[in-house]
Amino acid sequence: MFRLIKIALRNLLRYKRRTILTMSLITIGVAFVLVFVSVTASFKAMMVGEITDSMLGHIQVHKKGYVASIDNLPLNLNLKLPAFQKVEKKIAEIPEIEAFSPRIKFGGVFSNFVESTNIRLNAVDPEKEWATVPLLPSRIISGSKTIRPGEILVPELLAKGMKVGVGDTAVVVATNEDGSVNGYQFTVGGILRSVTGPGGRDGYIHIEDGRQILRMEEPEISEVAIRLKKFNTLENVAARLQETLGKEINAQGKPAFEIHTWKKLTPFFNIVRMIDVMTFFIKLMLIAIVLISVMNVMIMAVYERTREIGTIAAIGTLPGRILSLFVIEGLSLGLLGAASGTVFGGLAVIVLNAIKIKFNFGRQQGLILALSLNVTDILTISLIVVGVAVLAGFQPAFRASRLEPIKALRHV
Amino acid sequence: MDLVIAENVSKDYITGKIAVRALEEVSFGIAPGSFVSFVGPSGSGKTTLLNLIGCLDRPTLGKLTVAETDVARLDRRSGALFRGQNIGFIFQDFNLIPVLTVYENVEYPLIMVHDVDIKDRKKKVMELIEDVGIGAERNKYPDQLSGGQKQRVAVARALVTAPKLVLADEPTANLDSHTAAMIIGLMKKMRDSLGTTFIFSTHDMRIVGNAEVIHTLRDGKLTDTMKKNAKKRGVHDV
Repeated sequence: MFRLIKIALRNLLRYKRRTILTMSLITIGVAFVLVFVSVTASFKAMMVGEITDSMLGHIQVHKKGYVASIDNLPLNLNLKLPAFQKVEKKIAEIPEIEAFSPRIKFGGVFSNFVESTNIRLNAVDPEKEWATVPLLPSRIISGSKTIRPGEILVPELLAKGMKVGVGDTAVVVATNEDGSVNGYQFTVGGILRSVTGPGGRDGYIHIEDGRQILRMEEPEISEVAIRLKKFNTLENVAARLQETLGKEINAQGKPAFEIHTWKKLTPFFNIVRMIDVMTFFIKLMLIAIVLISVMNVMIMAVYERTREIGTIAAIGTLPGRILSLFVIEGLSLGLLGAASGTVFGGLAVIVLNAIKIKFNFGRQQGLILALSLNVTDILTISLIVVGVAVLAGFQPAFRASRLEPIKALRHV
Repeated sequence: MDLVIAENVSKDYITGKIAVRALEEVSFGIAPGSFVSFVGPSGSGKTTLLNLIGCLDRPTLGKLTVAETDVARLDRRSGALFRGQNIGFIFQDFNLIPVLTVYENVEYPLIMVHDVDIKDRKKKVMELIEDVGIGAERNKYPDQLSGGQKQRVAVARALVTAPKLVLADEPTANLDSHTAAMIIGLMKKMRDSLGTTFIFSTHDMRIVGNAEVIHTLRDGKLTDTMKKNAKKRGVHDV
């Protein structure tokens, strides 16, 4: 086998310019795909991280029907205390869950005593919320990094529009489930940086204040946000919650809960899917590049070396060995191209990281893309390239192995 | 028993809808260890006959036995195996593998055909390249050799597997007369030392005299056979 590889490599070097051109094409293709995958993966990871770690959490549990009406923040679809206790119990049974945060969500009117505007409010227990969405404190651009009772975190755009700052007094007026209106005076405890998507204009108050505004006699919860220890256990944990909570039946004999991963809760998931589709097509292009270039080289090689094939067949080389010889040439082209492409792709990633590419996404300005190449992507792309190179080399190799020595020897 | 036995062997080639008879009812026998030449003008059927003996092609009619094997019964794979075990080839254009050195060209059949271990391989290859007089060139590539040196490499490559039979189709056609005589002399010397049967085709009458048996072909028919020190019907002393 070693000799076969040696002969195959020497054959590739026989036509240096052609081999270098083909390898360059594969190298550029691999490097480009690796950089593209790295950029898109980093962008996805950054955006998904931003959305899940500063707002949504990884999974949310609601009363059945809540998500369909989520834009209205319906108070009549809150989880009552026994239901919430069931959720808490099931969550405690899943070791992959790192933290969870119960939230009361409602709409209200925010007033600075001069003018008023609509606001969406999240009433949370700050300790639990910070543990579930750890990037939320980093969104507080001024003021306190926590939420004390009587304080409100106001989104940046709303604060600017209403001309309120940290320490100012404001009033929130909200209607509870029974339709009665209640007002509550808050001190602006902090200003929140805006993020893209629903929730980007949400204000935060302490959960006790939320209960008081809504005059809840018993604790109620709109949603439970869950954070996982490892993001890659998302589907598994969601499935387990579905298995347990999803089967709970309410008094009407209908499902009591609904479980959603972040994918169902933000339109950004559609962008993620679009990026995945683009990545898929980029990989298809790479396959086409490798397939056409390697096949072209191998067809030419078989044509040019027909007499040589005739000679080695005449002296008794078995068809299988002739096939192997040419397949190894295709394989070597793929391996060398994948290896050099990975090196150049890695270098490009290092350079791009050094340049610190900044971009704006929605309301988020000056995000710096932190590129990284992961081993799975390198292995996947390398395997695709090597596999396609072997496939591309196989047809000409098979043709070479089937050549009649007598005809091959006559070839001019 | 003869190493090669041809009994009324004919070979047709189909060109379009026309069948062209390249060999017509050729019969002969070649004894082991003999040094045989097929002579005749271009198109007389020499190469066709050598291709049949070399199991590179099959007769249309008749029976051809090489080393007690009916070559018509060999398929692609068994034909390759048979050639690898029994036959060495020397080509008019040398047909060395350009990416391999002299040593590696001679070694090639031992790796690709016989799977000989490295120690035995080295011993056999070194002995042969010394015997054919190209030991000093063993690390050179074919494009660094003269025609005569290339053909010496081809002779060594043909003999390295210790075949029963070596077929040489016009081995001196691309060589000057002095080198041609040297190559024929080398082939004969190797036959003497190894006992391998050599069959070569040529239309160069200057080197025919080296052969012990000369078969003359004309228009696909065997018209004459001359043997040194042998005389019978159609067989003359040289």
